[in-house]
Amino acid sequence: MDKGVKRILKLTGYLFLILLAGIVITLVYGSAASIRKFGLGFIWGKEWNPVSGHFGALPFIVGTLITSFLALLISFPFSMAISLFLGEYFKKGLIAKIIESATDLLAGIPSVVYGFWGLMVFVPVMRKIEMKFGILPYGVGILTASLILSIMIIPYTSSLVTEVLKLVPSDLKEAAYGLGATRFEVIKKVILPYTKSGILAGLFLALGRALGETMAVTMVIGNRNAIPHSLFAPGNTMASVIANEFTEATENLYLSSLIEIGLLLFVITVIVNYIGNKIIKRYSV
Amino acid sequence: MKWRLIKDKLFKYSVILFAFAVFIPLALILFDLVSKGIGAINLEFFTKLPKPPGEEGGGILNAIAGTFILISLATLMAVPFGIMTGIFIVDFKKSKTAKFASFSVNLLQGIPSIVLGIIAYIWVVLPTGKFSALSGAVALAIMMLPIIIKSTEETLKMIPDYLKEASYSLGAGYTRTLFKVVLPAALPSIASGVLISISRIAGETAPLLFTAFGNPFLNLNALKPVDSMPLVIFKYAMSPYDDWHRIAWGASFVLILFILVMNLLTKFYFSKKRVKL
Amino acid sequence: MKDRVLEVKDFSAGFGDKTVVKNVSMEIYKNRVTSIMGPSGCGKTTFIRCMNRLHELNEQAFHKGEILLDGENIFKKNPIEVRKKIGMVFQRPNPFPTMSIYDNVIAGYTLNGIKLSKEEKDKIVEDSLKKAYLWEEVKDSLHRRGTFLSGGQQQRLCIARALAVKPEIILLDEATSALDPKATAKIEELIVDLKQYVTIVMVTHNISQAARVSDYIAFLYLGELVEYDKADTILTTPKDERTEEYLTGKFS
Repeated sequence: MDKGVKRILKLTGYLFLILLAGIVITLVYGSAASIRKFGLGFIWGKEWNPVSGHFGALPFIVGTLITSFLALLISFPFSMAISLFLGEYFKKGLIAKIIESATDLLAGIPSVVYGFWGLMVFVPVMRKIEMKFGILPYGVGILTASLILSIMIIPYTSSLVTEVLKLVPSDLKEAAYGLGATRFEVIKKVILPYTKSGILAGLFLALGRALGETMAVTMVIGNRNAIPHSLFAPGNTMASVIANEFTEATENLYLSSLIEIGLLLFVITVIVNYIGNKIIKRYSV
Repeated sequence: MKWRLIKDKLFKYSVILFAFAVFIPLALILFDLVSKGIGAINLEFFTKLPKPPGEEGGGILNAIAGTFILISLATLMAVPFGIMTGIFIVDFKKSKTAKFASFSVNLLQGIPSIVLGIIAYIWVVLPTGKFSALSGAVALAIMMLPIIIKSTEETLKMIPDYLKEASYSLGAGYTRTLFKVVLPAALPSIASGVLISISRIAGETAPLLFTAFGNPFLNLNALKPVDSMPLVIFKYAMSPYDDWHRIAWGASFVLILFILVMNLLTKFYFSKKRVKL
Repeated sequence: MKDRVLEVKDFSAGFGDKTVVKNVSMEIYKNRVTSIMGPSGCGKTTFIRCMNRLHELNEQAFHKGEILLDGENIFKKNPIEVRKKIGMVFQRPNPFPTMSIYDNVIAGYTLNGIKLSKEEKDKIVEDSLKKAYLWEEVKDSLHRRGTFLSGGQQQRLCIARALAVKPEIILLDEATSALDPKATAKIEELIVDLKQYVTIVMVTHNISQAARVSDYIAFLYLGELVEYDKADTILTTPKDERTEEYLTGKFS
C-alpha cells in the first residue's frame, strides 16, 4: 500500500509540473500564427487594427508599464508609511490592529469592485478636475487607472515591507540608539540600509501584481488602442485589451495576437516575480 | 541639536499621516458600498432572475447560483490536487521534481489571472466548442492551487518528526502515518488555506470573461455558461442603466460581505481549532 | 539460566560517512532492564534506534552487522513487524495531538488497520493504562485529548501506548530527560515494575537513574561498547578505566 500511495504522490508532482509546462506550451502554441506573421516586430508595432489585420503590441506594453510604474510610485510613500508604522513605530496595540485590518480590507476588495467604484465615483471627480485645468475631460485614462491601481497595491507592498522591517536585528537598532541617535536617524542610517534589498523585492512583487491587474484597469482606462500621449489620455494595458477584445476576436490571427499579448504579459510577470522572489530568498537566509 | 529632534518628530508625524491616509479610499469605497448596496438588497434581489435591459427590478439569482457552482467545481478540482502536491513537495523534498515544483509554485502564483483565462479557454472552451462553468472553474482552480500547495507545504513542515516517529515505532507504515497522524494534525491549518484560496477567487472576474462567460438565465449545468457575481458587477457597471448600477452596488456589497466572512472565519475560527503540537 | 531476547552481532551504524556505532556485540536478556550509558555523542541513541529500525528513516543512515530478535535477523524482516514487537518511548512525550487518550492507547492497532471490538478495546485501554500507572488519573477523561496532561502523564500515556500492542521489548530513549524529578521518580518506579511484562532497553545519561532501575548496564564510548555487565558489577568494580572515569564524572 505504501508503495502505491508514494507512486500516486510522485505522479501528482509530475502532473503539477506538466500543468505548468502545459501553460507555457499552450500560450506559445496559441500565439504561433501571430509570431509567424509579425515576428519580433509584434513587440514594437504601434498599430493595432483588427480590420486591416495589423497587430502590434507596443501601445499596450507602454500602457501597462506606465500605469504599473506610476501606481508603484504613487503608492510607495503610503506603503512605506504603513510598513514603518506597523514594523517600527507601533508594532502592537489597538492602532496597529486597526491599520492592519484596514489594509486587509483593502486587499480583500475584488478588482471588479474597485473598477466599479472608480467608474461611478472617481471618474466623475477626475472629469471635473480635468475641466478645471482645461484638459479634454475624459475622466477615464492612464492617470485614473494608475490611481486606482495604486490603492490596490498598497496592502500588498506594505505587508511585504513590514515583514522585512521586522527582520532587522534589535541589537543593531539598540546600538544606534545607544549612541544617541533619534528614531528618524536610526530608520535612515540603520533600518533602511539594512532592508533596502528586501524593500526592493517587495516593490518587484507589487509590480508583478500591478502588471497583471485587469478588471479595475479595464473599467477606468478608457480602452484606446494607441500609445497614450499624456497621462490624462485614455489607453489600454496588455491585460485590459485581452479582457476587452478576446470574445470579439473571431479571426484566427486576431485571436492569436491577443494570445501573444497574454504570452508577453506572462513572460514579463514571471521575470519580475522571479527577481522579486530571488531577492527575498537571498535576503531571508 | 534642536533641529535633529524636530526632524525626528516631523518624520514620525508624516509616517502617521501617510499611514492613516489609507482610510480615505477605504472609507469612501465602504461608504458607497454600504449606502448604495444595502438599498439594492431585498428578497427579490436574491430570488429573481435579471429583468431585460431598461426594465426595473429583478435579481441576481443566476449569478449567485453560478458563483456557487464555479467555486464548488474549482474547489473540488484544486483541493485534492493541491494537497497532494504539497505532500509530495514535503515528503520527497530530496527529489529534483519536488524542488522544482516547490520553486514553481511561486511562478504559478504570479501568473496574471487573465492569462489563466486564456489557458482555460484553449483547454476547455475550444475543445468543447462552448463557454461553460467548467472552463471558468478550471481557470479559478489553477489560481487556487498555489495557495493550497503553499499552505499544505508550510503546515506539513511544521509537523514535528517525533510525531511521525511515534507512529512508525508502533509499526504503522507511511500511508497510515500520513492519513491518521500527519494529516489530522495538519487539517485545520490546511482548511484555513483552502478558505483563503476561496476568498481569493470569489471576486475574480478576468478569467471568467471568456470562460464562464455569463448567462442571464438560471443554469446548473456545468457544461453550459453561467453567470457569477463579479461578472454581473462588471456587465452592469459598464451598462448605461441606472437600475443595473443599483443592482451592481448590491452585488458588490454581497460579494464583499462574503469575502469578509470567509476571512474572519479563517482568522478566528481556524486559528482556535489549530492543533497544539 | 538467562533468556536471550535480542542478540547484537558485530553491529555498526551511522550517517553518511560517519560511523556512530562501531562493531558492537551484546545480548539483551528477557524481562530485565538494560541501560545503555555513555557521554553524549557516544552513539547510544542511534544504537537503540537501530533496534526497531527507526534509524533507517534518516536518508543518510546506514548499518552493518546483525541484530537477532528471538534468533531472527530483524533486518531481514519487515520493519513494520519488527516495530510491533519492539516498541519505543521517546525523549519528548509525543502523544498524538489529534487523538483522545483512549485512541492514543489503541493507536498501535488503529494505525495498523486492526479492527477490535468495543470490549477488546476497552480491556486493552484499561490494562495498558493500569500497567503504566495512569489509569486512576485519567479514567474519567479517556475521551479528551491528551494534550492537557502534564509532561509526566503524557510520557506514561506514551508508555501505555507502547505496551498496548504487547511488544516483547520496549526501548526508552532518555524517556525522563524532559521531565521534572517527581515525574521522573514515578517513571523509574514504573520501569522496575514493567519488567514482569516486557524487556526494557533504555538509554540514559543519568548514572544514578541507571543505578536505580537497571539489571544490566552497557557503557558506550565513542561508538564502542567498552563494558557490559550486571549493573552492580559495573557500578562498583568497573574493569575499564574509561568506565571508571565516566562514573566518577570525568567526562559529561
